[in-house]
Amino acid sequence: MFGRLTIEALPLYSAIAMGGALIVVFGTLAVMAAITWMRAWGYLWREWFTSVDHKRIGAMYVILALIMLVRGFIDAIMMRTQQAIAVNSDGYLPPDHFDQIFSSHGTIMIFFMAMPFLTGLINLVMPQQIGARDVAFPYINAMSLWLTASGAALVMVSLVIGKFSTAGWTAYPPYSGIDYSPYVGVDYWVWAVLLSGIGSTLSGINFLVTIIRKRAPGMKLMFMPLFTWTTLCTSVLMAFAFPAVTVVGVLLELDRVAGMHFFTSGDGGNMMNFANLLWIWGHPEVYILILPAFGIYSHTVSTFSGRKLFGYTSLVWATCAIAILSFTVWLHHFFTMGSSANVNSAFGIATMIIAVPTGVKVYDWLFTLYRGRIRFTVPMLYTIAFIVTFVIGGVTGVLLAFPPADYLMHNSTFLVAHFHNMLIPGALFGYFAGLNYWFPKMFGFRLDERWGKRSFWCWVVGFYLAFMPLYMLGFMGMPRRMEHYDVAAWQPYLVVAFLGAVLILVGLTFTIVQIVVSVRRRAELRDPTGDPWNGRTLEWATASPPAPYNFAVIPTVTGRDAFWTMKADGTAWRRPARYEDILIPRNSAFGPLIGAIAFVLGFAAVWHMWWLVALSAVLAAIVVIIRSSNDDTDRLLPAAEVERIETAWLAEVAAAPRPVDEPARGVPSAALPGAAT
Amino acid sequence: MSDAALPAGLEAEATAERIEDKAFGFWIYLMTDGVIFALLFATYVVMTVGTAGGPTGADLFNLTHTFGETMLLLVSSATFGMASVAAREGDRRAVLLWLVVTAALGVGFVIMEGLEFSGMIAQGAGPDRSGFLSAFFTLVGTHGAHVSVGILCILVMLAQIAARGLTPPVASRLFRLGLFWHFLDIVWIGIFSIVYLPGVL
Repeated sequence: MFGRLTIEALPLYSAIAMGGALIVVFGTLAVMAAITWMRAWGYLWREWFTSVDHKRIGAMYVILALIMLVRGFIDAIMMRTQQAIAVNSDGYLPPDHFDQIFSSHGTIMIFFMAMPFLTGLINLVMPQQIGARDVAFPYINAMSLWLTASGAALVMVSLVIGKFSTAGWTAYPPYSGIDYSPYVGVDYWVWAVLLSGIGSTLSGINFLVTIIRKRAPGMKLMFMPLFTWTTLCTSVLMAFAFPAVTVVGVLLELDRVAGMHFFTSGDGGNMMNFANLLWIWGHPEVYILILPAFGIYSHTVSTFSGRKLFGYTSLVWATCAIAILSFTVWLHHFFTMGSSANVNSAFGIATMIIAVPTGVKVYDWLFTLYRGRIRFTVPMLYTIAFIVTFVIGGVTGVLLAFPPADYLMHNSTFLVAHFHNMLIPGALFGYFAGLNYWFPKMFGFRLDERWGKRSFWCWVVGFYLAFMPLYMLGFMGMPRRMEHYDVAAWQPYLVVAFLGAVLILVGLTFTIVQIVVSVRRRAELRDPTGDPWNGRTLEWATASPPAPYNFAVIPTVTGRDAFWTMKADGTAWRRPARYEDILIPRNSAFGPLIGAIAFVLGFAAVWHMWWLVALSAVLAAIVVIIRSSNDDTDRLLPAAEVERIETAWLAEVAAAPRPVDEPARGVPSAALPGAAT
Repeated sequence: MSDAALPAGLEAEATAERIEDKAFGFWIYLMTDGVIFALLFATYVVMTVGTAGGPTGADLFNLTHTFGETMLLLVSSATFGMASVAAREGDRRAVLLWLVVTAALGVGFVIMEGLEFSGMIAQGAGPDRSGFLSAFFTLVGTHGAHVSVGILCILVMLAQIAARGLTPPVASRLFRLGLFWHFLDIVWIGIFSIVYLPGVL
């Protein structure tokens, strides 16, 4: 009945694991109690959980990402603490627990922090940037969100019931095979990755169709805002790279459950094939994470310099080049596996070539800054920190691209430092910049600048403290993932890295404080016009938060920076001659329902409750059939209602203190938040 | 629910646009499914040497049987084509008829594949025997699972067409299912020429 699930699954083996489990259980109970106390279940269900509105789905993705960021960071600081003290001693974490922590840290940060964060920002912004009313497939969008959430829930549940994988976030066999990892950890990893991976594939298809088919009249491809371009390239990568992780997960699970021999060390298995399949997804994934951030930086750098983006065309082509090249370099993740020198050289050269378009982008951003009237807002600070820090990471990447150098560095903390150096400034700082930049579009008010800046400085300084020592430790020969070590010379560096992690903890706390403070000051921080930063692209032409339909009248686009042109022409915020009826998709329980079923299916499969797996598969099929047989999914927003909403907003715009025609007057920045004083 | 309130013109326009979106999205979905098959094909080719002293393709494959499967699937593609033609003519009865024939041929294919699999397992050549057989069962089985899902979808289409007739949304679903069905045919031709033919010749 319960498969291999017994009372033994509770984490009674260690006080620390038990503590983690209790935090998860009581945290969940506390949140549920708070919602019950506020009588908010009905509101949340009607307005949020069942919503198919891309802006709300985007906000829920971002909230999921922030929650998982906290979880992934707790893992990180636990590892740093262990390594800071575990010289010639066992530290405070047993090896089995330490291994679970580095595995869940990587898995969470990639699949359940970064992916939802970027998918959320894309959801929020991209349809508005192209002048659309929603994504092409709103119901699939909801399903993607809830599949991702169900995967995240599986990882969280593994804290309480059973154990997580100890095989690292890449789960290399033969260690991840059934002979060496007989318990449920690897199964949790596989199912969490499979469920969220299906969600990501569908998101990729959804965004791709949206951008190709839903652009406002006149918006040619080369008129699209840069974030939309990077989203387009990321979506192509999501759609065509994620199937690879689906395949590799399924094959690993077939080895584990059905006794097959894809990756076993005997019986005709081929372990190297796992590395190939995983990284055929894994390398494009790096660019899936980073390209949207490049798009965000392109907007912040131009908005807060008060200049149009330098080298738009070259940025577009650089993005496309990176997207294509990202499929040609996967072997550099395992140079040491013994391919021939020719094969390694080919992939090494391809890897170095990627640095070229990336370098082009850095110069484009620098030239945009040049002679700009720079406003040092929080998004702009992140952008500048990114440019400086990312170049360091890029240089170490080119170094690692040399196979002979890689033979020395691989599996060392140099590598750990390198990829954190790419993904924290490259991706995460970009998402933070995007969050600060577009937060008004999500909830109608800006984020507090003071706490944002405090948080920023902690993150940046903390990043340098935490990861520069790891480069040096790599040179000193320290391998990654060590639970304890006996080289006393490493310890001072690890203590510095620990202090960096503490500073990042302060930064993360300040991020949370920033959100809380902003919510309390929301009346002061209200964005009445929908254009709080003097923006250039179409997402600023809508209200903050936008009406369900985004645009009462779909704008006609005649060039790049469409909203800037509208402001210069005086056609922004103009009342149209007449309003029309608008169809919008009705809310639906389909998304949460599929997510819940997927969670049960994954959990049952992890614990070998095959009857429940079969039952939930049948249920999922029934729900999908019912949903896809429904031809009546729209509701009508009558013209009168549209007019009421728009009139109220336009009155608010007219009453707002800021001049509404800055570009024409040539005084764009003086009265705006973050203007130099 | 509030159907009556929706202005017909607005809704027809929205439906037409949505159908085009879905057609385009479905082509992209098929490409992602193509990636899955491509990786399974690559894995199979890499693992053909991994027989671990067990039976090889030459010992196991029976081209006559495979030819029978191939015929069933190819003919089913043709009959689905007839259903599509009938749908364009608006002939509901003919559509239903051709879909039933297609589903029957599909079921025949799945049964033949099941017989082949069970025969192999009975002689000790199951998917857990060797890496080669794991790859064989997974590649061919994934295709078979796709065909089974396709049959389920044909049954759903039969119900929808019988209940609602060939309305634009229903007809568009039939079109996409057709793409799926023919796609599986193409994949099968790949399986025939990469798995069975080299295995026997």
